[in-house]
Amino acid sequence: MLTVNLAIIIPFLAATLVPVLHKKISRIHIGWFVFIVSAALFAFLVRYIPRIASGETFLYTLKWIPSYHINFTTYMDGLSLIFALLITGIGALVTIYSIYYLSSNENLSHFYTYLLLFMGAMLGVVFSDNMMVLYVFWELTSISSFLLIAFWYHRKRSREGAQKSLLITVTGGIAMLVGFVMLYVMSGTMSVREVIATVSTYSEHSLFIPAMVLILLGAFTKSAQFPFHIWLPTAMEAPTPVSAYLHSATMVKAGIYLVARFTPVFGGEMTWFWMVTGVGLFTLFWGSFNAIRQTDLKALLAYSTISQLGMIMSMFGMSSAALVNGYSVDSVIFTQAAFAALFHLVNHSTFKGALFMVVGIVDHELGTRDIRRLGGLATLMPITFTIAIIGSFSMAGLPPFNGFLSKEMFFQVAVNISEFNFASDTWSTLIPVVAWVASILTFVYCMIFVFKTFLGSYQEEKLEHPAHEAPYGMLFSPMILGALVVLIFFFPNVLGDYLLRPAMSSIFPTIAENEDLGVHVIPWHGFNMPLKMTIGVILLGILLFISLRYWKGIYKMFPEKWSFNTLYGNILEQLEATSNTVTNFYMTGHLRDYMVYIYSFFILAVGGMLVITNTLVFNIEGNASISSLEGIIALVMMIAAVTILFAKSRLTAILLNSVLGYGVAIFFVLFRAPDLALTQTVVETVSTVLFLAAYYFLPEWKKEDTRKRSKSVNLIISILVGVIFTVVALAVQNGKLFDSISSYYENSYELAGGRNIVNTILGDFRAFDTMLEVVVLLIAGLGVYTFIKLKARKEDASVEDK
Amino acid sequence: MRTNNVILRAVVKLVVFIILTLAVYLFLSGHHSPGGGFIGGLVLASAFVLLFIAFDIETVRHAIPFDFKKVAALGAFISVSTGFASLVFGEAFLTQAFDYFELPFFGKTELSTVTIFESGVALVVVGVVVTIILSIVEDV
Repeated sequence: MLTVNLAIIIPFLAATLVPVLHKKISRIHIGWFVFIVSAALFAFLVRYIPRIASGETFLYTLKWIPSYHINFTTYMDGLSLIFALLITGIGALVTIYSIYYLSSNENLSHFYTYLLLFMGAMLGVVFSDNMMVLYVFWELTSISSFLLIAFWYHRKRSREGAQKSLLITVTGGIAMLVGFVMLYVMSGTMSVREVIATVSTYSEHSLFIPAMVLILLGAFTKSAQFPFHIWLPTAMEAPTPVSAYLHSATMVKAGIYLVARFTPVFGGEMTWFWMVTGVGLFTLFWGSFNAIRQTDLKALLAYSTISQLGMIMSMFGMSSAALVNGYSVDSVIFTQAAFAALFHLVNHSTFKGALFMVVGIVDHELGTRDIRRLGGLATLMPITFTIAIIGSFSMAGLPPFNGFLSKEMFFQVAVNISEFNFASDTWSTLIPVVAWVASILTFVYCMIFVFKTFLGSYQEEKLEHPAHEAPYGMLFSPMILGALVVLIFFFPNVLGDYLLRPAMSSIFPTIAENEDLGVHVIPWHGFNMPLKMTIGVILLGILLFISLRYWKGIYKMFPEKWSFNTLYGNILEQLEATSNTVTNFYMTGHLRDYMVYIYSFFILAVGGMLVITNTLVFNIEGNASISSLEGIIALVMMIAAVTILFAKSRLTAILLNSVLGYGVAIFFVLFRAPDLALTQTVVETVSTVLFLAAYYFLPEWKKEDTRKRSKSVNLIISILVGVIFTVVALAVQNGKLFDSISSYYENSYELAGGRNIVNTILGDFRAFDTMLEVVVLLIAGLGVYTFIKLKARKEDASVEDK
Repeated sequence: MRTNNVILRAVVKLVVFIILTLAVYLFLSGHHSPGGGFIGGLVLASAFVLLFIAFDIETVRHAIPFDFKKVAALGAFISVSTGFASLVFGEAFLTQAFDYFELPFFGKTELSTVTIFESGVALVVVGVVVTIILSIVEDV
């Protein structure tokens, strides 16, 4: 009954097993274990296809924090199943590929742990119905992506790439979180399904549009949409299997998933239509335009991924036109855009995955992926060449490859938008034009990819290794993907009927009730507008490719110093410099100064609070009388406290300080708080030992020369703190602002089976706090340990490059 | 300078056992009377610290061959996983359960999952306190 939840948890469990297995079984490559996990998950999910296709959906709930409506709820429908199949399927293929790509000298257990972490997180993103849980998994994908990009962390560029991707995607993620919280405020539920069901009741709410923009910000940063695309090219520092998996097939599509998932919520808004379509189209153009100038094959593919993601994004934007004016027979045609988007999403994963793997093979076997040093590999690497042809021709939109079908559909939906006069004339006619121009550019860089790498003259002197075909293990996965590219072209409707049609009803639940939203894909649909556009793309594309060196000068108009990359770099630098200045301004390195800050804040906050809330009343009539024993202890403590000020040695000061601590413990005993007394005694003992241990390393205790003025300021602060403490202690019984909650805990014996209220609070009522405190304690302990033990020794060699 | 602390050592050998027993007692009694995981753990840690003071670190290391970092990690693992355990039974995260059992010799006894949770807390406290003190002292 917990099957889908379990599917999310399994990769995490497997991730914890990887280091253990890697240590125990060194004979077999640990990647095979990861392959088994992902292949098994894939097989498990495939079994759901028939039932999903017949319109079933699956909902499972595990209670997590029910009091805040946060439950680990998973919802499997057509949309999430498509993504989940991509995640596990491509994951399995990439794992096989990586087994041959990474040598066993690499830190394999790290690599596969991160990979499984990512797989679990990504499955969590697509299956979670609860927005808060979705957010947690969302950030987890950013973190695992960060770890994987920085896999070769001794390289400076890897670290920079990892940092950039993390900063951008997490910033977007936090924006998304705020958007989710706004949705929660409006709808009172954390469940996406319930939000969709009740959206009409608050679509006029003033927070609706801000929530939409913030959620889109999360989607755009994750899916590398303009102007946040800059992280994707630098993320190419990751090992190629990671680029193929995270940065083309799955993680970058999380933003698209989010847009698709929230289309029924926000799709009715005109702003949504223009933002998603506009940003998507511009990204499509900008990515393809920039891909042409790249000389690094991976950078070329990175920009092409940006461009293709923009294309899918824009199609989802256009599909929301179906919702803007409500349901009508005319509006159904716009839903085709979403079908095309889903179709292209799958196609893109197949051909781009294959292309990334091809680049990985070239890089791995030849030692370079610079176009200027490559050429003439077609005869030396025939299989790789074939896969490259299939992948890039599909991307260019040529038959008989699946990219042709989805590209045609893309043209069709772009034409639909302008023909049906959906929006203002000028803008909606621009949509097909931009789509067409960007497709020409796409065609050009696809040709660059194939012809500059595999044709032309072979220059062995520029390569690190002479060219030869890759081992079959590395060719296996791209071959499968290449075969899929062709198969989908010939049997598109298998995919369409079983996967895409059920997903359509998740995107348009209201329309799907009345209409069948499936589209019958046919390769030949007459000599119509899209076909004419494709022919135009091919002709102009060939022309531009041939005349490439004549018009390449156009890129000089966009120098590096005007790019968003430079802007990002400058912002980061400025931020670091400014925060350094600000921090250095008050972090003087003297504990004494820090005490002044802390206590001044205390005086302002607590003292101010007392004055503002008018709780400064105390009435000591009801208090118990003070016995002579208590008086004596108080006196002893006072004397000890004052003596610390005049102590000559540090040891004396430490011991006097512990007199204070034990004095407090005695008070606890007197006031019948044995729990507190016990804790206080033991804590005091242990911390005195700790003081004495640290004492060894401290310099000679000597009087510091401080100026008269700061001395008197310190005196005033100390007196004020003392006064406020005393006043608070006296006033605490009187000025109550709200009722005490203690009565709830009084029947702890019935609720938690324990008579010790303190412990039932710690272990049961508020166990969450205790659990997190325990974890924080562990982290603090490890922090102390690493600070002291793992400092770099002088003779250690530096492993980092600049 | 090496002082002869025979008396301290002789006393410590005996006292440590009393402290350890007290720690276990405090831990178990925490449900109904003063005590519990945190205090039990701290008392346990103070017993170890006493050993480290009376004898040198190497000797104690030899006698108690635990890696206290791992003890702390194990504790955190236990505490967190008890939270997940309740999910398996369809309850909210960190739901604790208790019931009364007739056990031979002990008679009617209350057993509760809080004990497992608290044992994790105790292990973290022991592990972290000893780790911190040891790493500071050893850093000479």
